[in-house]
Amino acid sequence: MHKARHSPLNSIAAHGALILWTVIALFPVVVILINSFKTRQAIFREPLALPTGESFSMIGYQTVMKQGDFFLYFQNSMIVTVVSLFLILLFGAMAAFALSEYRFKGNTLMGLYLALGIMIPIRIGTVAILQMMVATGLVNTLTALILVYTAQGLPLAVFILSEFMRQVSDDLKNAGRIDGMSEYAIFFKLVLPLVRPAMATVAVFNMIPIWNDLWFPLILAPSEATKTLTLGSQVFIGQFVTDWNAVLSALSLAILPVLVLYVIFSRQLIRGITSGAVK
Amino acid sequence: MTALSLEKINKSFGDVHVLKDINLTVEPGEFVVFVGPSGCGKSTLLRTIAGLEDASSGTIRIGGKEVTQTPPAKRGIAMVFQSYALYPHLDVTGNMTLGLKQAGETKAVIDERIGVAAKMLSLEAYLKRRPAELSGGQRQRVAIGRAIVRKPELFLFDEPLSNLDAALRMATRVEIARLHRELGASMIYVTHDQTEAMTLADRIVVLRDGRIEQVGSPMELYNDPDNQFVAGFLGAPSMNFLPSEAGGTLGIRPEHLTISATGTLPGTVTHVERLGGDTNLLVETAQGILTVRLFGQHPEKVGDKVVLGYDPGHVYRFDKDGKRLR
Ligand SMILES: Nc1ncnc2c1ncn2[C@@H]1O[C@H](COP(=O)(O)OP(=O)(O)O)[C@@H](O)[C@H]1O
Ligand SMILES: [Mg+2]
Repeated sequence: MHKARHSPLNSIAAHGALILWTVIALFPVVVILINSFKTRQAIFREPLALPTGESFSMIGYQTVMKQGDFFLYFQNSMIVTVVSLFLILLFGAMAAFALSEYRFKGNTLMGLYLALGIMIPIRIGTVAILQMMVATGLVNTLTALILVYTAQGLPLAVFILSEFMRQVSDDLKNAGRIDGMSEYAIFFKLVLPLVRPAMATVAVFNMIPIWNDLWFPLILAPSEATKTLTLGSQVFIGQFVTDWNAVLSALSLAILPVLVLYVIFSRQLIRGITSGAVK
Repeated sequence: MTALSLEKINKSFGDVHVLKDINLTVEPGEFVVFVGPSGCGKSTLLRTIAGLEDASSGTIRIGGKEVTQTPPAKRGIAMVFQSYALYPHLDVTGNMTLGLKQAGETKAVIDERIGVAAKMLSLEAYLKRRPAELSGGQRQRVAIGRAIVRKPELFLFDEPLSNLDAALRMATRVEIARLHRELGASMIYVTHDQTEAMTLADRIVVLRDGRIEQVGSPMELYNDPDNQFVAGFLGAPSMNFLPSEAGGTLGIRPEHLTISATGTLPGTVTHVERLGGDTNLLVETAQGILTVRLFGQHPEKVGDKVVLGYDPGHVYRFDKDGKRLR
């Protein structure tokens, strides 16, 4: 049994499958990247060709930069994503800790209520959310987006994190209590480090939809000062003409920060797994 | 001044009544062992003493002070867990000093206590290691060290040896007994293993279904059990029970059965365990299968017909409910 798993044939098959999957997954990204460096004609004539000396062009990036507010859009997207992730992780972990650690009336009910949000898409409530934002004067602020994304991310975060927290040894938390640690210290110093892999998972799951969202920025914060990158890129897509060079360049640029965030979290994820809990 | 006194402690989890009217006092310097089958409430009782669970009713006093409402860190106790429960992100020193730092002790005091505890437990070479880099026995010593440095009024141990292999268990048992002598501290030790209970305890508390069945020194309980449960729980191999004519039960310890021509219990040997020093026979008789413990080495083998005898002075009598008739 043990030997069979290491046979070269199996290993080749596994690598083959993984490589195939990687190619399929990366294909659209690569197409976007290479075409962002080509002239308009070259994009349409040979979409799969690499840029050559003849077809190479930075016109897309120049258009994007000239569009002026592009760095502001970038910054807006970054603020909204990072702050939302922070709040989702913080409040999600706190709620998960309460649900998994303390016995109180309605604990199960509360867990179910929080999990319900996983099944109901938040966009159903868009009209009500917009009314609330108008009433509170939050329309056209980044705060509006952050609040909505935090609400959107919390249910899954609570669900995943409370499952992981249930597995943290009771003895460890009790040892902390006997040593005089407060419940906050137990939460931040003992439990959080042990569920770091789960936190990274939650962060990665939430990051992409928030970064790429067009719906809520369009409805809640379409002003010039609060546009996010995704919304900002829409100026290049017209009803009659679409500036494909600019669209592809904007998309290529939009990938970068997500990539950086992903690398940060995946490092954490690996570190979390290797440091491991001590039984 | 008593080290610990429990008055009418009850504890329920919802509808489940786990601890029922527990009354107990522990004298200073005493080593008390809670023993009983799994699920009888030993850990719950220990956690209630520690303050990790609130008692549903009753009063707890530690070192003369009432602590029923006091948080665990202020009760003057230290606890050692079965799973060691070391802080994975701290090294050995960090693990042992966290409690003192939380209590605001000065660096001089902390250093001195760490030095003493590390020496006592031969941990000096490992002070900078993380728990993940230690063996099971070393982790358990760190866990004990973490308790010692706090200089508690009362040590609480919850099955500290269960995760160790047999050889290490014996060595650590001896070590805990030595620590108890050196520190002279009051200790409460929970186990389901009657050998640990017999070898370590000044006094044993036998628990069953959340009730104290009997309290006494190991030999008191062994020689003079109050009921059939205690008689059967302590001693290995455990006591033989046979029906008596009066409707109750007779109990005879395996070492009090002998092979003798003048005996009254004829039977057939069904199994033999040769331990070198002892020989255990399982003998099928009309009254059921009886265990016989013979000292030294004996030639009996499976299938042999034997007649068992006993001294009537070594027979325990129990009534229908298992209560001892004296
Ligand atoms: N937190 C809890 N919630 C509900 N029931 C519990 C809890 N802790 C223990 N119990 C119950 O209390 C009983 C005694 O448990 P425990 O004290 O752990 O037994 P022991 O340590 O003697 O094996 C068991 O029946 C267990 O199911
Ligand atoms: Mg237990």
